[in-house]
Amino acid sequence: MAKKSKIFKGRIAAFFLILVILAVVIGFTTKPIINNIKLGLDLQGGFEVLYNVTTIDGKKPNSETLHEAVAAINRRINALGVSEPQISIENGHQIRVQLAGIKDQAKARELLSTTAHLTFRDYKDRLMMDGTEIIPGSAKVEFDSTTNAPVVALKIKHPEKFAKITKEVLNISPPNNVLVIWLDWHKGLSYQNESTKDHPAYISAPQVHEVLDRKDIMITGLDSVEEAKNLAALLNAGALPVKMKEVYSTSVGAQLGQHAMTKTVTAGVIGIAAVFLFMLLFYRFGGFIANIALIAYIWLVLAVFVGLQAVLTLPGIAALILGVGMAVDANIITLERIKEEIRWGKSVRSAFKAGNHRSFTTIFDSNLTTIIAGAVMFVYGTSSVKGFAVMLIVSILASFLTAVFFARFLTWLWVSSRILDHRPGWFGVRKGDIREL
Amino acid sequence: MSFKSFDFVKHRNIFFGLSITLTILGIISLIFLRLNLGIDFASGTRVDIMAKHAISIDKVTATLDHLGLKYERPTLSGSEHNIASVRLPKVLDHQEVAQVKAAFKKAFGVDPSVSTVSPQIGRDLAKNAFWAVLISSLFIIVYVWIRFEFLQGLAAIIALLHDAFFIITVFSLLHIEVNIIFIAAVLTIIGYSINDTIVTFDRIRENMRLRKKKIKTFDELAELVNTSIRQTIVRSINTVMTVLLTVVALMIFGSTEIRTFTIALFVGLICGCYSSIFIASPLWAVLKFKYITRERKKGKKSAESLT
Repeated sequence: MAKKSKIFKGRIAAFFLILVILAVVIGFTTKPIINNIKLGLDLQGGFEVLYNVTTIDGKKPNSETLHEAVAAINRRINALGVSEPQISIENGHQIRVQLAGIKDQAKARELLSTTAHLTFRDYKDRLMMDGTEIIPGSAKVEFDSTTNAPVVALKIKHPEKFAKITKEVLNISPPNNVLVIWLDWHKGLSYQNESTKDHPAYISAPQVHEVLDRKDIMITGLDSVEEAKNLAALLNAGALPVKMKEVYSTSVGAQLGQHAMTKTVTAGVIGIAAVFLFMLLFYRFGGFIANIALIAYIWLVLAVFVGLQAVLTLPGIAALILGVGMAVDANIITLERIKEEIRWGKSVRSAFKAGNHRSFTTIFDSNLTTIIAGAVMFVYGTSSVKGFAVMLIVSILASFLTAVFFARFLTWLWVSSRILDHRPGWFGVRKGDIREL
Repeated sequence: MSFKSFDFVKHRNIFFGLSITLTILGIISLIFLRLNLGIDFASGTRVDIMAKHAISIDKVTATLDHLGLKYERPTLSGSEHNIASVRLPKVLDHQEVAQVKAAFKKAFGVDPSVSTVSPQIGRDLAKNAFWAVLISSLFIIVYVWIRFEFLQGLAAIIALLHDAFFIITVFSLLHIEVNIIFIAAVLTIIGYSINDTIVTFDRIRENMRLRKKKIKTFDELAELVNTSIRQTIVRSINTVMTVLLTVVALMIFGSTEIRTFTIALFVGLICGCYSSIFIASPLWAVLKFKYITRERKKGKKSAESLT
């Protein structure tokens, strides 16, 4: 024991240099990373609807129709001014729409589920003209110059067709010389019935007094500016080529979402602090290194998550926090093995080598099974479970990088400097427990 | 520490008995108490509201009565009883959802959360959940089989299904609502709780290799298994302990929305740690010894037939 070996101080210096670099990188990038995290609707309020989609005549839609429908929904949502809507086609006949952080949920849902099939019909409900005649994007809200009521102004493709229609209607004797404007007319609705009601199902039924041979037409009879705006938005976005029926929906109030996030993040901070403390108490120096790796892990997970443009959901936060507990598993397996090797009488350096070598396959095997479960969850899960699965997989991969490679490298710097050669206590091993070789 | 001298294999029947009893209890509970299925699997509508002050159930029911909607008895939660949940058997359409939201906003001043699940989707979700559990179990059996030996894979999967079923037992007995996120918890346990079993099996494999002589008696095999468990028990417990620390923090301080999830994880983690120490390895010892004796008999027979 008398021989005093040379200590490589440069490796210790390298260790501290790495710590400083890590601190600077994390310090400068954490804020932008956190600001770029997309929050799911369960954290900031919003809604999610799964629609069953059928074609207008009730058949199963083909993929082209579905994509057209998604495009139309996208245009409508843009009119609402929601940033980053998530629209996806599922199971070949369903469309899932997720809108996070939306203020007026009722209006948005109304706007989404309207087919917006505009038709012009005569008093016997015979189709005269439909929305395909309207020049896309031409609808806008205006105000009637005499009554100051809101109207929607449109441009049509073929004025001569419109002239023919108005002529036809003009020939019908009053009061039936009307051109009824319907949004989403369906069988069972009739002008005769609706015209007696206070709030008819059609938009308006203007009487035709002259043949109209022009491009610009106006829809009057709208109740409010709001209604006029919605109608213009719907007409500009185009009719949906399909019928959509809500089969699953979740809407989360903004307060509920924020409350859930604050509480869960607080819980996470407490849980993570407990893990830090546990590692320090049980594994001393090894725990300290594990904790540095853990900080790098949390940073890495968030960075990757933002990079993937994944959406953070409440179960996702839970997965991140859970991941902290799982990430240190690799450290525990390695450190326990090192402790064991030291106790068997190996030097700190060879114990470190053997411990790393022997624990690697164990760590690999145990992580892979969790990834299998995560992958299955991703394939079979719905949105919130998917969010959890993505976070779980990202966590495991990140923990493999940080807890295995990064922590090992940091420990290696110390161990190979020989400074720990006679300090098994730094790994939490009592000298009395060491078997003499 | 006491486990340094504890004979895990010798006392196996106590633990096997305990686990079999709990599993039977679970089956009985599932038959009579069933599972409290949330709307995710049963269809209907669920309304949650979190107000700034305590909520009275009467006010919730009055709001729904006013809309002419049928409902089940609302439940209150939160430290100040400021969170209320109520289930409606009907699947509300978007207009009704809008009405409910407006009515609750008027009554309580905050926007409620409303979820609807149609019967068809409820069935799909349940079906998917079933497949997810089955497929992930299969993949894990195959993986453990490839990496270890078939008997270890078998023992690991029995321990695993025991864990998953125990979570379901607890949820059935305590009548806690089961939702889609519960499935995520069960799958996480399936993927995670096998870790400790793998750590122990890994050590058994290593000790088998280090051993020069062939195993002849059950006592020799038992000693090998006991040594392997004793060598890995600290890490088995500590790895679960760190995850438990985070789960307990989430359970106590986290939001109520994920409580089902954290309770399931909590139960699963503890059960998983128990089963990987007291069930998986002793069970493997029993299976392995049967296999060894059978092989030996076969060997003897073929030796006899040769002469």
